[in-house]
Amino acid sequence: MIEVRDLRVRYGTRTVAHVPELDVGAGECVAVVGESGSGKSTTLMALLGLTEGAEVSGYVRVCGVDVLTAPARRLREIRGARVALVMQSPEAALSPTTRLGVLMRRALVLHGVDAGERAMAEAVEAVLLDPAILRRYPHEVSGGQAQRFAIALALALGAEVVLADEPTSALDVTVQAEVVGVLRRLRAERGLALLLVSHDLALVSTIADRVLVMKDGEVVESGPAARVLAEPSHPYTRELLEALP
Amino acid sequence: MTVLPLSRPVRRPGRVDRLAMLGGALIVLVALSAVLAPWLAPYEENTPDPLHSLDPPSGAHWFGTDLAGRDVLTQILYGGRTSLTIVVAVLTVSSVIGVTLGVVAGYAGGPVRDVIMRITDVFLAFPALLLSLALAVVLGPSVTTAIVAIAATWWPWYARLAASVAASVATRPYVDAARCLGVPAPLVVLRHVLPNSLTPVLVQVSLDAGGVILTAAALSYLGLGAREPVAEWGLMVQQGQTYFTTNWWVVTFPGLAILVTAFAFNLLGEGLRAALDPRRVIK
Repeated sequence: MIEVRDLRVRYGTRTVAHVPELDVGAGECVAVVGESGSGKSTTLMALLGLTEGAEVSGYVRVCGVDVLTAPARRLREIRGARVALVMQSPEAALSPTTRLGVLMRRALVLHGVDAGERAMAEAVEAVLLDPAILRRYPHEVSGGQAQRFAIALALALGAEVVLADEPTSALDVTVQAEVVGVLRRLRAERGLALLLVSHDLALVSTIADRVLVMKDGEVVESGPAARVLAEPSHPYTRELLEALP
Repeated sequence: MTVLPLSRPVRRPGRVDRLAMLGGALIVLVALSAVLAPWLAPYEENTPDPLHSLDPPSGAHWFGTDLAGRDVLTQILYGGRTSLTIVVAVLTVSSVIGVTLGVVAGYAGGPVRDVIMRITDVFLAFPALLLSLALAVVLGPSVTTAIVAIAATWWPWYARLAASVAASVATRPYVDAARCLGVPAPLVVLRHVLPNSLTPVLVQVSLDAGGVILTAAALSYLGLGAREPVAEWGLMVQQGQTYFTTNWWVVTFPGLAILVTAFAFNLLGEGLRAALDPRRVIK
């Protein structure tokens, strides 16, 4: 579903992200870990072709579309409909003047997907939300509910790939567990390909198959999650692991 | 599968703010009195009566008479037509132009923003009255000229305000989220940037209503806007100011009409702000 070779994102002369190789197949979960400013989120945005002002080179193929050469219209077609982004601040990612149901209906209509009440209710029920949430404004729901709504939106659109940018960092511990549970279940049931960006190694260890560790824009270590987290070969990975509470 | 109940109770905006309702009611009242002026006014419009020049308020003339002996109440009722037309036309035209250009500039940024903002600066660089004078020379003095002249000098302020708000809104995560959903740029602007940028502009528009009436009065005073025999509140204030210390009613009643109308627009603006912001709960 995601195939990346020698991806470089530069602002001026500065390379902010360099990923030599990254593959995520259906039903797989790959985590990109590292501290703030290590290039994780930039890598995610590059996969969506949304790195404005940056010079991007390499080869990026997402859902069969060559992101770096595809026309803007083709990219808009896959954004949301096939590749969904779950953002760090779930409430901030929802327009404050729009009810959740209106937001979902507009997105479904935009991509030509069934926008009926039943379909929308099923999507939110799949992430264990009460369909009454569709009548609410973003400020009327909790962070966990907003995050699950974002996942429901991805499901309703039929996304095959979910890019999750620190999906639990803005949530409290119990809500984190809810969201991780939903992601894990959907991955197993629907074969979602999940690319998770996080600095939370505890979360990564519970869900990821493979891990890429980034520092200062470069991938310093990668491999199966169990191996990287149990026997890190790079000093930076060891540092991250030692920083775990 | 168990669906989890919603944990937080829904908070809906409550009743419409009472003061905003008062504002709306006052505007409706002023508008109705202007529309129904031929039926409500005790005298014919522009009927000079030199024998009753500068008569104080009385049973025959509730608001007194002006220098020409015209009934001030009648002139105020008819003048409301002109003044409200100018206010509504100026604020509508200037806010539509200003907000459209401002939001596009704020969202697009870069060269688009630079071009739009420099055009805005050119309009702002001209003194408003000088620009109005130039327009009046081209178009000839009339109420329409006043509307065009004021709107031409008013929209850049809305453009600047809208541009700064839209530039800030454009960086919010929900705008990024919309783009990540594949929403085309025009729809992002229309559905996310515009609604979330409108509140400060609407409040400003409502606050400007009084200023527009007074600017129209200044233009009329210079012979560029409404001219005799057209009744207009600002013109009445300008004409009556000489007599303020000796014949207070000539200037006070049209002044009060401006004050009440401007106040009503301010209250309505506050109500609109509340209505457009679902996070605000009105007790």
